[in-house]
Order: sequence, then structure tokens, then C-alpha cells
Amino acid sequence: MALHASTYEPKTRFGKWMDERLPIGRLMHTQFVDFPTPRNLNYWWTFGGILTFFLVAQIVTGVVLAMHYQPSAAEAFDSVEAIRRDVNYGWLMRNLHAVGASMFFLAAYIHIFRGLYYGSYKSPREVLWIIGVLIFLTMMATAFMGYSLPWGQMSFWAVTVITNLFSSLDSIYKGLGTAIVEWLWGGYAVSGVTLNRFYSLHYLLPFVIAGLVGLHLWALHLVGQNSPTGLDIKTPADAVPMHPYATSKDAVGMFAFLILFAWFVFFLPDYLGHPDNYTPANPMVTPPHIVPEWYFLPYYAILRAIPSKLFGVIAMFSSIAVLFFVPWLDTSRVRSTKYRPIYRWFFWLFVFTCLALGYLGSKPPEETYVFWARIFTAYYFAHFLIVLPIVGLLEKPRPLPGSITEAVLGKGAAAPPAPARATAAAKVKV
Amino acid sequence: MRSAALFLDAEAPVAIDAEEPTRRDFIILAANAFVAVGGAVALWPFIDQMNPDAGALALASIEVDISPVKVGQAITVLWRGKPVFIRHRTPEEIAAAKAVDVAELRDDSARNDALPETTPATDENRTKKGHEEWIVMVGICTHLGCIPKGQALGDKRGDYGGWLCPCHGSHYDTAGRIRKGPAPRNLEVPVYEFLTDTKLKIG
Repeated sequence: MALHASTYEPKTRFGKWMDERLPIGRLMHTQFVDFPTPRNLNYWWTFGGILTFFLVAQIVTGVVLAMHYQPSAAEAFDSVEAIRRDVNYGWLMRNLHAVGASMFFLAAYIHIFRGLYYGSYKSPREVLWIIGVLIFLTMMATAFMGYSLPWGQMSFWAVTVITNLFSSLDSIYKGLGTAIVEWLWGGYAVSGVTLNRFYSLHYLLPFVIAGLVGLHLWALHLVGQNSPTGLDIKTPADAVPMHPYATSKDAVGMFAFLILFAWFVFFLPDYLGHPDNYTPANPMVTPPHIVPEWYFLPYYAILRAIPSKLFGVIAMFSSIAVLFFVPWLDTSRVRSTKYRPIYRWFFWLFVFTCLALGYLGSKPPEETYVFWARIFTAYYFAHFLIVLPIVGLLEKPRPLPGSITEAVLGKGAAAPPAPARATAAAKVKV
Repeated sequence: MRSAALFLDAEAPVAIDAEEPTRRDFIILAANAFVAVGGAVALWPFIDQMNPDAGALALASIEVDISPVKVGQAITVLWRGKPVFIRHRTPEEIAAAKAVDVAELRDDSARNDALPETTPATDENRTKKGHEEWIVMVGICTHLGCIPKGQALGDKRGDYGGWLCPCHGSHYDTAGRIRKGPAPRNLEVPVYEFLTDTKLKIG
């Protein structure tokens, strides 16, 4: 952080008094106003801010919904309907929350692919990446429990199927899986007891995510942001202060994303869900075609691709767990895929694989679909376990620019004298 | 593009502040105003969701059969989630209520929802003409919302023979007017009517 001298100067007497006791203003100013951000960040870097917005939005709308929701098997379904029909603006709160979950995952996936493309997991950002994967896991748990709350048919059977994943442990130690599943259910089957505990945890986990996000930001601001070149900030010329440069770019990306969000909220609120979830939960009848929400489809395809209960479950969990090891599986000396002519093809093949698994996960478990799900599942793991280590060793990267500034302004342009230091830039009006 | 030139010149003192507002000033102001107004508008649904919904607001009225209530007895019925006192007053209680000089009362408003607020708090204005033996009031103390005692026969009725709030000792007279203690207002008389001599419609 040698480049990072704070220009914070409290202006009021109260500000000075506070600064000597709890320098929170200095912290915010240093980390979110003066903080040096690479001058070449593109719009893929706006998704961190978008994700923060969605976490806050989900908590706020969730707190509102909790004021009207009844977490009991008898009343849950009707209370959600009452929210949609009777509660003032309840339709809006419910749509914001339900669509918000989808948008949260969409933004998270873009954020993760961005990290994979630009090598944002590579040293010294391994811990930053691992915390990110933990956030992703917690998000998945939160979304799953949230999906159970409307207590419709899809809710009920999603809970049944996902909790039953643990019953596969019975084949390792007899009775272990059953004991765990009954512990999760609080009974011999999914019931209102299960719903009640899921509701409690669904309220708790977002705050765990918020804590992890704090750690994620801490780790990020300690080592600084990666950039499209994968180069570090070497001179002050490589960086601009976060405010107003990165913040205004973030705002543009955020508003663009919010337009998409609003379009779904106001015009297609149920498009991303399933009609079956508007049938009240019935423990006697499973819907004919049961699929998870779109953001879980690739994992669902992996689960069904393996013709063994235990190994299907192991494969599904491994598809996330493998992300933890990416910093060490990638042997390339270059971060950004922009300079990796061979790996670049594999990266897009991997993106295609994930989309294909998503499509296959939405299809019924029939021959052709399962066949292709197996092919793509194989590549999913091969990408991490074979491609990442081997391509990194064999590939000759393209020449890197000398610095971020050179990447932006070209080699001929001598680095201009400190183009945008925080203090000077803030005063400039054009 | 002149903006680029100015950015490169950033270290030099750029004394534009005193000049005409620039295009950028306008854009910043417009963007901030847009966000401020948008934020304020977006806030309203989050506040309004806590208000009673249309179902709760719908004017709910109830009908009460008062034929079993003998002179000196009282019943309490639930209307819009609130207790409503209905007392069949004795001639002595009516006489006591009528004898009070309105000027001496702490609250001289009849607090009758069917009448303007300035109506004096006479016994006539708190009951229905021809049905003076009946008093109908929302049984919620105007101090801090407890339910006063005085409906059951064994209850303490306070110094004025009407109702006594057990929470902080507010005394109401036989017309439900505050006479002593911390409560500021007389008990509220809801809108009601006699459908027949023995049937009451509240709300």
C-alpha cells in the first residue's frame, strides 16, 4: 500500500474529534474514496458492486417479507399469497426478493467467470478467491432454504430431494445418512418442522454472507484489484482514485443491470420460477417433472449424469469444491487469459460446458440428455484437473505490456505526469 | 476532446469554479437529483407495506343483540380488534352523568365519532336520544391503551362510579368522561345506531 497515502482530512470539529476516537470516516475515505483502482478496469469489474447491492436489497426485502410471512406448514402457502394480493406493495416486495435471488446468482456467475478469465484467483489473491467460493456456497444454501418457504409443490420436493442427498452416506456407514436426514427434517419426513428451521436459517445466513463479504473486501483491499491485463499497479500513473472514477463506472454498470432486474420484476416476475410452485405442498404426490431453479441446473445435471447415488452426490459437491483449488491447479505464470492464446479456447469451452450442463439439467433424465450430461460433466472436471495444470505449463503467453498505463495509452506514450491524483482530480471540472 | 486535456492538466490549479456552470456541473446535478428523487420514491413501498392493508381498512361493522343485558349490567364486544363497552345504565347513573357541569370537565369534547369534535361533552351528546340508558364506547383508556375495569359487577369503578383504569388509575364517570388520573381524553364513542330497540350496529 505504498502507493496509497490517505488524503483524508476531517473538516469539522466533530470530524476531528471522531477521527481520534473511532476513525471510521478515515477508513471509508481511504478504502472507498482514495483507494487506488487500476485505470483500465472494464465493465466486468462492476459486478462486485452490483453483488453488494443485491445482498443489501435481498436483506431489506427479506426483512419486509418476514413481517408478513407465516413459517408453518398450514399457513406458509396462504401467507405468501396474502403478501402478493393483500399486503400494501406486497407484490413488489415478493417479486423483488424472488427475482432478486435470480439476479444475485446471475451477477455472481458473471463475477466468478470474470475472476476465472482474468486469473483473479492467482497469487496473492488465493484467500480472496477462497472467501469468494465460501460466499458462493453460503448463497446456495440460503437460496435453497428460501425456495422452500412458499411451501408449494416445488418447494416441498426440492427440500425432499436435496436433503435426501445426505442419505447417500448410508452406503458408507449403515444408518449414518438416515440419521443425518432425520436430524435435518426433525422427523421421518419433510414437514412443517423442517420448514420452520429452514426459515430460521434463511434469516441467519445472509448475515453470515455479509460477514464473509467484509472479509472478501478486506482481502481485496489489502492486495489491490486485479485488472484486465493481470498486471499490478506499479506507479501512481497506473491507478485512479476509486471515487469518482470506479464509483461512476460502477453506477453505470449497476443501472444497466437494474434495468434488467426491473424488467423481470415488473413484467416477468414468475418467468424464472415454476408454475408447480403455485400448487400447495402435497407430501403424497411428486410433480411429474421436478427441476431446481435455473441457477442450480448445472449441478443437477452433474448429479444425474452419474449412475450411482453416492458418486452422483460426490460429483455434485466436488464441482463446487474444485473451485477452492483453482489457485494451485493453474500453473500459468500469466494471470489474464487475454495473453493466453491456447487457454483462451479452453476457457470459452468451459463457459459453453456450464451453459450446456444448465440446459441438460432442465431436461428430463432420458437417454440422449444423460449421455451429453456425462460428456460435459467429464469436461467440467477435466478443465480444472487436466487443462488448467497442463496448458499453463505448455503454453507460451503473448508478450505482456510493460505496465497498465502502457496497456491503455500505448507504448509510445510516456506515462504522463501523474494524470489523476485524487486531490487534483477531484477539483477538475470539464 | 478538451476533457482529456484538462485531466492531464489536473495538477495545475484549474480555476473554473467561479465561471459559468459547465455541462458537467449540470450532468452531475441532474444525476444526483435523479438518484435522490428515485430513492425517495422507492422508499415509499417499504414504509407503506407496514400500514394496515385494504382488508383491514375495509369498514367492518358488527351487529350486537343487547336484549339479554339487564339494567346495571354491561357487555364487552370486539369490534375492529378493539373492545367496545356497552353498559345498560341505572337511572341513578344517568342522573349522575347528567348532573355534571361540562365546564368542570378535563375534556369538554363529546369524543363522539358521529359528531364534530367541538360538541360539548354532555351526557346527551355521548348517548343516543331515546336510548339514554345505553352507553357505547371504545373500552381503551386514552392514557396508554389499557382496558379500564368497571364492566363486570364486582369490578372497582373508581371515584365517579364509571370505570377505573387499573394501569395508571384514570377514573371515568358513568358517561365515560375522564375525571381524575393521567388520561387526557374521554373514552371514544364509536359510530353506531340502533337497528331496533334491542339490536345495535357498530361501525
